[in-house]
Amino acid sequence: MQNLTEHWKALIRTTRRLLQRLFAELKAALPKMLPQVIAILLAFLVGAVVLAVTGYSPLDAYGAMLSGAFGDTFGIGQTFTQATPIIFTALAFLFAYKSGLFNIGAEGQFLVGAFTAALVGISFEGLPFFIHVPIALIAGAMGGALWGFIPAVLKARLGAHEVITTMMLSYVALYVTGYMVNYPFKEPGSWVAQTVFISPSAELPRILQPTQLSASIFVAVLLAGLTHYILQKTTIGYEVRAIGSNPSAAESGGISIKKGIVLALTLSGAMAGLGGAGEVLGVHRRFIEGFSPGYGWDGLAVALVGGLNPAGVLLASVLFGALRSGGMTMTRTTHVPLDIATILQALVILFVAAPKLVKYLMKKGGFKWWNSST
Amino acid sequence: MTRKVKSPPPFFIHVPPAIEMRSITKKFPGVVANDRIDFTVEKGEIHGLLGENGAGKTVLMNILYGLYGLDEGQIFIDGKEAEIDGPRTAIKLGIGMVHQHFMIVPSLTVAENIVLGNEPIMRKVLLDTNKALKSVTEFCDRYKLEVDLKAPIHALPVGMQQRVEILKALYRGADILILDEPTSVLTPQEVQELFKAIRALKEQGKTVIFISHKLQEVLTICDRITVLRRGRVVGTVKAGETNVGELATMMVGREVFSTFEKKRPEAKKTVLRVENLEAVDDRNLPALKGVSFEVCAFEILGIAGVEGNGQTELVEALTGLRKVTSGSILLNNIDITRAPPHERIQQGTSHVPEDRQKRGLIMDFSVMENMILGSHDRPPFAKGFVRLDIKEASDYANKLIEEFSIKTPSKDTPARHLSGGTQQRVVLAREFSRNPRLIIACQPTRGLDVGATEYVRSKLVDMRNEGCAVLLISADLDETWALSDRIAVMYEGRIVAVKDPEKTSESELGLLMAGAKPD
Repeated sequence: MQNLTEHWKALIRTTRRLLQRLFAELKAALPKMLPQVIAILLAFLVGAVVLAVTGYSPLDAYGAMLSGAFGDTFGIGQTFTQATPIIFTALAFLFAYKSGLFNIGAEGQFLVGAFTAALVGISFEGLPFFIHVPIALIAGAMGGALWGFIPAVLKARLGAHEVITTMMLSYVALYVTGYMVNYPFKEPGSWVAQTVFISPSAELPRILQPTQLSASIFVAVLLAGLTHYILQKTTIGYEVRAIGSNPSAAESGGISIKKGIVLALTLSGAMAGLGGAGEVLGVHRRFIEGFSPGYGWDGLAVALVGGLNPAGVLLASVLFGALRSGGMTMTRTTHVPLDIATILQALVILFVAAPKLVKYLMKKGGFKWWNSST
Repeated sequence: MTRKVKSPPPFFIHVPPAIEMRSITKKFPGVVANDRIDFTVEKGEIHGLLGENGAGKTVLMNILYGLYGLDEGQIFIDGKEAEIDGPRTAIKLGIGMVHQHFMIVPSLTVAENIVLGNEPIMRKVLLDTNKALKSVTEFCDRYKLEVDLKAPIHALPVGMQQRVEILKALYRGADILILDEPTSVLTPQEVQELFKAIRALKEQGKTVIFISHKLQEVLTICDRITVLRRGRVVGTVKAGETNVGELATMMVGREVFSTFEKKRPEAKKTVLRVENLEAVDDRNLPALKGVSFEVCAFEILGIAGVEGNGQTELVEALTGLRKVTSGSILLNNIDITRAPPHERIQQGTSHVPEDRQKRGLIMDFSVMENMILGSHDRPPFAKGFVRLDIKEASDYANKLIEEFSIKTPSKDTPARHLSGGTQQRVVLAREFSRNPRLIIACQPTRGLDVGATEYVRSKLVDMRNEGCAVLLISADLDETWALSDRIAVMYEGRIVAVKDPEKTSESELGLLMAGAKPD
């Protein structure tokens, strides 16, 4: 047991070092992130107008939201619990995006990963946790990878556009996993479409009781670091980025675009699948139909809000996690409907997706130096 | 109180110039593309804008057409100051531009393309095809420009496509027509047709600006000629009062070519052998119709020809970017006809692409990252399974930056921020430093200033003298002439003749390029 806490401490230390490295990178990219920050501020400003018009006090609502998200241990735990799966799906979107692909099917890859991880979690009994957990996580990653590999091959071989195929495959994933937990893998005697609990040996530990925050968040941070490493320090990342910024030149330089596409989208799917596995092993301990409130779609938005940078993704995920967990507290304490949190999310996305508007406002606001630095 | 002094009434009716550009300055990172340019075009004249590639002609005209903003200067149209903030404004002011690369929709018919943007509408949403056809027919008759209105664009020869572009600009109400290098894609016969059309436009009172770097053409068609050199105006002359020699001197400012010392090889060793190569172009039409030639070590083989006669397809076939339909390519006696680009690079093929920004460099990548493109997956840069050795790459990049005197703030600067000449140096440094056996250089000096041009040419000769086989594809006949040991003339997808430059006259080559049968 002594040994185990040592392991945990080592893991926490590694995570902290990684975060420091990542945020050093982020600092360098910060001038480029200013539009995102301004977009977020704008979203809250417009959100305040919406609140005022509908007869609520913006100050009270935001106050409740803030204290709900960060005010106590429980709130913080909930915020990070909500942020964790979004980190995975955002990294998945980011990685594919760097190769010039628009993987909007993270939701499907996430679900397939969650389901395959649940299967492995259920299927083995009596394995030591240090074997069971990794193979369940790997199974999740492989499930997601498969769901990324299919559209990748369709694109490389037939030229099928990945936006269509990844989105369609998301629905396939939704209904296939839904079928699986309604019929063959349904918990006997249950009213809910869900599997039985996974073996305790496959559980990722909860790290902040009584919240559902699990060790999956360590995996998420490690993955952010790994994504950064792959993109910047490996030949795979080099080729992926080359294809993403100039496929013609990449091709002239001997890089196979088809191979690159398949690799990037498969790895992207694996990242989303790993996120699904983390949710099943850490939070729900089983696969429940409809357990994802759209983490895959949030990932797309978070990747953009995070400036398509792994460290930025971590920050933006926390923001989105806070909106979800703070929103719940806000509804409970001030009777402001939960929809306001959703509206805020939508506004953030809207303003991030409208860089020209933000740029214009910044120009008016005297942020001239920004223009010259980009 | 100050009063504005009005200019005295003119003694004769003063017609303000169609265009007056005053002290136009435009800077790009690392280059001043236009340096205080004054440029005046009178109404109803054909005005030539002459200069080498990269002299700033196109930039100046893009400013006039509103594609670029200007850093300093003023523009007057018909005597009135105009602020042209986009092509829309330019079109409203009666300016039309025909670009080097056509901006027409290949799948639509000629008539549809001409009315695009001003389509006659029927019942609010439907295109009134008959009305469109009728108005375009009347229109073409007025300008005496004949073209088959119902034909889809992609079925037309290039000369006709260009005519459609001109008609489109006129249809939008252009009084001033800018033609950017209009003859570069045309056959000599089509050039004559174009000239006829331009003269017809002049009779109709239109003003034409004719951009070119070809002396003879400018002298033939223009009334007055303004010569640009390295972003500045050298002078404006009347066509009737000057000659080719004077224009050439104005344009280049000095003796163009240094002579290069070439070593003669002891024994002939074939490096590249191409046999009966056939390939199709992007439209699936035959582009290479049985090309055969060889290039030896210690030799520069120049390919001369009007652009669009299969040169691009030839290069793509040789570098593995285009599928070959039949024939074979042998590099050092190894068949590489079906080898992927990556394998050809490893076998010693280096490629200086025609369009360095599109094919040669990844503009968002740093100088360092660009330097290792193509060698990134091999030692010393790739280590272990997939690790990229950044330290090794940095050292390599710094070495090449020094060796090729690349003017960059650092190895980490994105290629986008470098000037055109520096970008080309990065490409050369990369391609020449991996011990190539064969160098395929396409338009290697296009768009470069005199100094950079000289550098690129001398480097090519150096590589030849070190034993490389060099295949030089250049639209600049003078360049091919000065550098090549042998010149192969390409016409309509075939090599029609291979000549020794020292025993061939320029006019002979010109005739061959225009399709004359060799003796």
